[in-house]
Amino acid sequence: MVEVTLWGGLVPLADNQKTIAVEATTIRELLRKLEEKYPGLREPIKNQVAVAVDGVIYRNDWSQAIPDGAEVLLMRRLAGG
Amino acid sequence: MSFDSTYREDDRKLVGTRPVRPDGVDKVTGRARYGADFNMPGQLVGRILRSPHAHARIVSINTAAAEAVKGVKAVLTAADLPDLTDGNQETYAILDNCMARAKAMYDGHAVAAVAAIDEASARKALKLIEIEYEVLPHVVDVDAATRLDAPVLNESIFTSGVEPAPEKPSNVAARSEFGHGDVDAGFAQADIIIERNYKTEQTHQGYIEPHACVANCNSDGTADLWVCTQGHFVFRQNCADLLGLDVSKLRVTSSEIGGGFGGKTHVWAEPVALALSRKAGRPVKLVMSREEVFRASGPTSATSIDVKIGARKDGKITAAQATLRYSNGPYPGPWAELGAMTSFACYDLENVRTIGFEVLVNRPKVAAYRAPSAPMAAFAVESAVDELAQEVGMDAVALRIMNAASEGSKSSYGPVYGPIGIGPTLEAAQTHPHLSAPLGKNQGRGMACGFWFNFGGQTCTDLNISADGTVTLAVGTVDVGGSRASLSLIAAEELGIPYEDIKAVVADTATLGYNDMTDGSRGTFSTSMATISAARNAKKTLCERAALSWDIPVEDVYWEDGHAKASGPKYGNLQPVSIKEIAAEAGNTGGPIAGHSELVADGAGVSFATHICDVEVDPETGATSVIRYTVIQDAGKAVHPAYVEGQYQGGAAQGIGWALNEEYVYGADGRLQNPGFLDYRIPVCSDLPMIDTQILEIPNPNHPYGVRGVGETSIVPPLAAVANAVSNAVGVRMSHVPVSPPRILAALNDKA
Repeated sequence: MVEVTLWGGLVPLADNQKTIAVEATTIRELLRKLEEKYPGLREPIKNQVAVAVDGVIYRNDWSQAIPDGAEVLLMRRLAGG
Repeated sequence: MSFDSTYREDDRKLVGTRPVRPDGVDKVTGRARYGADFNMPGQLVGRILRSPHAHARIVSINTAAAEAVKGVKAVLTAADLPDLTDGNQETYAILDNCMARAKAMYDGHAVAAVAAIDEASARKALKLIEIEYEVLPHVVDVDAATRLDAPVLNESIFTSGVEPAPEKPSNVAARSEFGHGDVDAGFAQADIIIERNYKTEQTHQGYIEPHACVANCNSDGTADLWVCTQGHFVFRQNCADLLGLDVSKLRVTSSEIGGGFGGKTHVWAEPVALALSRKAGRPVKLVMSREEVFRASGPTSATSIDVKIGARKDGKITAAQATLRYSNGPYPGPWAELGAMTSFACYDLENVRTIGFEVLVNRPKVAAYRAPSAPMAAFAVESAVDELAQEVGMDAVALRIMNAASEGSKSSYGPVYGPIGIGPTLEAAQTHPHLSAPLGKNQGRGMACGFWFNFGGQTCTDLNISADGTVTLAVGTVDVGGSRASLSLIAAEELGIPYEDIKAVVADTATLGYNDMTDGSRGTFSTSMATISAARNAKKTLCERAALSWDIPVEDVYWEDGHAKASGPKYGNLQPVSIKEIAAEAGNTGGPIAGHSELVADGAGVSFATHICDVEVDPETGATSVIRYTVIQDAGKAVHPAYVEGQYQGGAAQGIGWALNEEYVYGADGRLQNPGFLDYRIPVCSDLPMIDTQILEIPNPNHPYGVRGVGETSIVPPLAAVANAVSNAVGVRMSHVPVSPPRILAALNDKA
C-alpha cells in the first residue's frame, strides 16, 4: 500500500484529501488507480504531474517501481531554464 | 526504462579531461551559423509592429495602406492566427503573446506584422498600419498590482488555490503553499526573530544573440523553420499547435545559439514568421532587434518577498516563513510557486511555511531564467539568514552548517532528501582560503547558498559508425554550454576510441526522435545517458560482427579499448579486431553499424552551491566592485571540467549583474525606459574578477558515470552573496536588489 501525498492544487480534485492510500507497485499503476478513483485528477496527471519517490523526482519514467513504505508525493511538473 | 542507469565506479580515461571543443574553430573564425546567418532563395524580411501602450484595447486595425506599399507581400494581424488552442490556457497565452488579440497587455506587445522584399519596405509598411487604441489604466509594480484599487488586467482571472473561491477577479492569478510543522509554535520557541521585506527587480536573460529565424510554409502543408532555440522539438510542437500544422510536417533545425538561459525555451516571433510565410507564399526571415528582445521576450519576475526566521540563541532555527509575490507579466505562470518551493530548500526545518502569489502586471510575459525563480527567493532567505547569524553572534557559514539539510531531512517543498550536497559545499567553504583572507577599507564579505531542482526528460540519440571507424553522434539537445564536447568524450570513453574520432551534431526534428529542451540543467545529464546507452548498443553489434568474422559464438566476444576480443584460452590465436577493421567489413557482415537509444533520463537529483563574495564599495559614489568571488558546487562527475567551470562562472557573472546593476526601469506611462545594453547594465569582463571555482564530485547514484546537471544552480546564490557583502561593507542591510549606486547612496544617507 502506497500513501501518496498530493500538492495543494490537486486536493480539491480528490474529495479534499491530502493523502490517499493506493495499492500500487509502480508509478504507472499508482496514477492509473488515482485517475480511476478521482476522474478530476485525469487532466493534471496527463501533463502537469511529477512524482517524488523517496526524494527522487520522476517526470517521465512511469515504470519506476515504488518500494514498500516509500515516501510518495505528487508534485507539479516544474519549468527549468 | 530498460537501460540500467545505476552509477558504477570505474577508471575513466577521457571523462574528466579538457580537450578542445569541436565547435570552437567555427565559432572563433565566424563560420558558425547562428539564427540570423541562414538564408533561403526569395526570402522576405519580416518585421513586427509593437504596442506603445502598457495596456490598451485594440479598437480597430486598418492595414490597407500598408498592403499597398510596393514590395509588401503580407500584412498580418491576430485575425490571421485563429484560436486553435481548444481551451488550453497555457497555449492561448502563448498565442495572445505572439500577436495581441483584443488588448495590448504591455509596452512592446506585438499587434501586427509585415513581410516585404526588403527592410525599407517593411518599415514603411509598419508605419502605415493604422491602429485605434483605447488606452486603459496600467500597473507594472508587483505590490501595486495586488492592491484592491489596481486596474485588473484580465476580468476572467479569479485567484486559484484559495478557499472559498473569490467572487471578484484580480491580478493575483494563483496562490500556492508549501511547508510542514507548526510555524507559530516554532516562532514561540525562538529567542531571536528576523523579519523583513525584500525586493528584486525584473531582469533579462541578456543573451548576446537576439531571437532570429527563417520560416518557410509550403502550399502542401509542409513547413521548415531554421531557428535559434534551446529546444527545436518543443518549438516544433508549439508552432504546429498554433498554426494547425501536422507536427511531423514541420521540420525545425536549430542554429548555433548565442546564449539562451531559459529565454529561448519559449516561442516569441517564430509562429508569426511561419504565419507571414504562409500568407506571403515565400520564406520569411525575422530577426528581433535588441530593443525588441528587451521589450517583448522573456524577462524574469520582479518580486516582493516577506521573510520571517526565528532561532534559538545557539543558532538553531525553530521556524521559517516566507510570502512571495512574483510578477508574471500579463499571463499566469508558475513563478511564485517555484520560489515558494525553493526558498528554504537548503535547510533542515521542523516548522516551515511558504506561500506564493502569482501577480499579473503590464510587463512582458515572464519566461524561465536559469534556475527560474530560485535566485530571488534565495536572496530574501539568505539575507535573512545572514542577519540572523549576526544577531546570534555566529559565523555565517557555521550557522548554515548547523541548520543545513542532509540525507533524511524533510525538504521545505515536500519530499525527504536522499544523499545531497549542501553540507559538503558549506564544509568546503569553511576551509577555503577565501573565507579567511584579510579585507581592506570599504570592503565587505558575504556568502550564500543556493538550491535548484535538476531535470532529465525524454531523450533520443543516434550513434553511427562510418566505414573508417570514426563515429557520428547525432543528438537532439541543443548545445548551449559545450555539450558536444562532453558528449563526444562520453561516446569516446564508452567505445574506447580517441575523442577526435567522434563528430557530434545536433540533428533536426526530421532526423531524430523527440527530445525535450536543453533546460533544467538536463543537456549533458540526459543526453550523456542516452549516448552511453547508444554506444553500448553499438558495441553489442560490433561484437556480433566480430563473432561472425571469427565464426565463434557471440557470447565469447567482449569489447575493450576500441577492440573486439575473444575470451578464453581456446581463442588464444585470435588477434583483437579494432573498430576500424570491423567497420570496414560491415557491408559483408550485415550492413551499417549503429547504436540508437530512446529513453527518459529521470533521477537527475537536486543540486546545491555555496558562494563567497568580496566587494569594495566607494562611499562617495555608491559604486561597487566585486574583488574576489568563489563558487563551490557539486557536479557529480565533471565530464569536461573546463565547461563545468564555465557554467559556474557564467551563472555567478549573471547573478552579480542582477545583484549590482540590472533592472527594468519603467516610466509613469508604463513604457520601458532602458531597452538596450547602454542603459541596462550587464557585467562585462572588465567588471569582474576571475571567478574562482571548486568542483565537488559526489557521484549521482542515478547516472552511469555519476553526472549531475550543473547549468543553473550557480545563479542562485550570487544575489544574496553580493548583497550580504555590500551590507557588511557599508554597515546597512541592503534589502532591495540591484544594490545599484543610487540605492547604496540612499542607504548611506539614511544611516548618516
